[in-house]
Amino acid sequence: KMATLAVRQSPVGGFSFENCKRNAVLEGEANKVGYSLPAARKTGTTICGVVFKDGVILGADTRATEGMIVADKNCSKIHYISPNIYCCGAGTAADTEMTTQIISSNLELHALSTGRVPRVATANRMLKQMLFRYQGYIGAALVLGGVDCNGPHLYSIYPHGSTDKLPYVTMGSGSLAAMAVFEDRYKPDMEEEDAKRLVRDAIAAGIFNDLGSGSNIDLCVITKGKLDYIRPHDEANKKGVRTGDYKYKRGTTSVLTKSVTALNLEVVEETVLTMDTS
Amino acid sequence: MLNGRRGFLKDSVPVAGLCPQGAYGIQDCLRSGFSSVKNELLPSHPLELSEKNFQPNKDKMNFSTLRNIQGLHAPLKLQMEYRAARQIQRLPFLPSSNLALDTLRGNDESIGFEDILCDPAQSEMMGEPHLMVEYNLGLL
Repeated sequence: KMATLAVRQSPVGGFSFENCKRNAVLEGEANKVGYSLPAARKTGTTICGVVFKDGVILGADTRATEGMIVADKNCSKIHYISPNIYCCGAGTAADTEMTTQIISSNLELHALSTGRVPRVATANRMLKQMLFRYQGYIGAALVLGGVDCNGPHLYSIYPHGSTDKLPYVTMGSGSLAAMAVFEDRYKPDMEEEDAKRLVRDAIAAGIFNDLGSGSNIDLCVITKGKLDYIRPHDEANKKGVRTGDYKYKRGTTSVLTKSVTALNLEVVEETVLTMDTS
Repeated sequence: MLNGRRGFLKDSVPVAGLCPQGAYGIQDCLRSGFSSVKNELLPSHPLELSEKNFQPNKDKMNFSTLRNIQGLHAPLKLQMEYRAARQIQRLPFLPSSNLALDTLRGNDESIGFEDILCDPAQSEMMGEPHLMVEYNLGLL
């Protein structure tokens, strides 16, 4: 039999599964000894969106976690898709970042090809088709919102590729806390200030009740002609400012008597050592 | 004795120990890891097979829809154009741009993971030129 030297198939781009078996073996070995492989950076998160009278408002917290550690105290979770469409991302941080960037590029090419302002439904369709193709292995849960020629639209997109078109949505580990606020106070056709207060309160509920969410509140208000990317809208947790104090005020314990005794010391020896500043 | 063109053996399952992937007829541990029967038979990731067949499946689905809507001539003409475009290549061991093929497929207007990850133009390994040409010509 003749030895066949490197006759390779022409290389293709895209995901390479070469190291999957090796990684599985390494993980098995590490687990046997008691270590665990480092966790991917996630944005255990609270993100939400609401449709109001003139457009949509997207809100997000700003904490990125790596297992039990806060990896980024002020990360930006509201990603740009097109001038009239923005997308909040929860789940694995790299996945949400790359997915939204790829869809943003594709949407730009599509808009140049059609010559029209891109629609939110197009971005939604592109995202869900890509996420379904990878069967949930791309861990990106997204809240997509924007205003196009048909009005304001809001979608939530799950990592396996299902989508919902709703007037108010929340995603992430703090989604239940935020949804509780929405369910209580949402009304159709709100004014902008009311809607901003509602989104701020929903994200604050997620920040204070969920360990995976924290730091500040970012808002993005999208209307027909105007875009407001407010970062930060509200600094709910300032670093270095303590909310409580353990010191007691003077007068907490009442003083009954006071006697002062002077301590007389006599100077025995005095030496001065100069500092070596050469 | 193995047939020169491995492409004809598409439907056969490689059995470990009989067709090692490396040079000189033994398992190349550095590049392809240790060999085991399970490794050869099962895919290393649930997505591996689905991704390998994604483009062909998509093409098959599109052609079949086109045939149902416009008749047999439409997919036949398109496939003829694909065959013509696929023949515009550089030498077998050099990376080709496949510009005509990409334009026909519509890949010139979209960006996906295949453009960002594992760019073939930047791969670190190259096939041995003489052997690649002989393999392509069927002389190997």
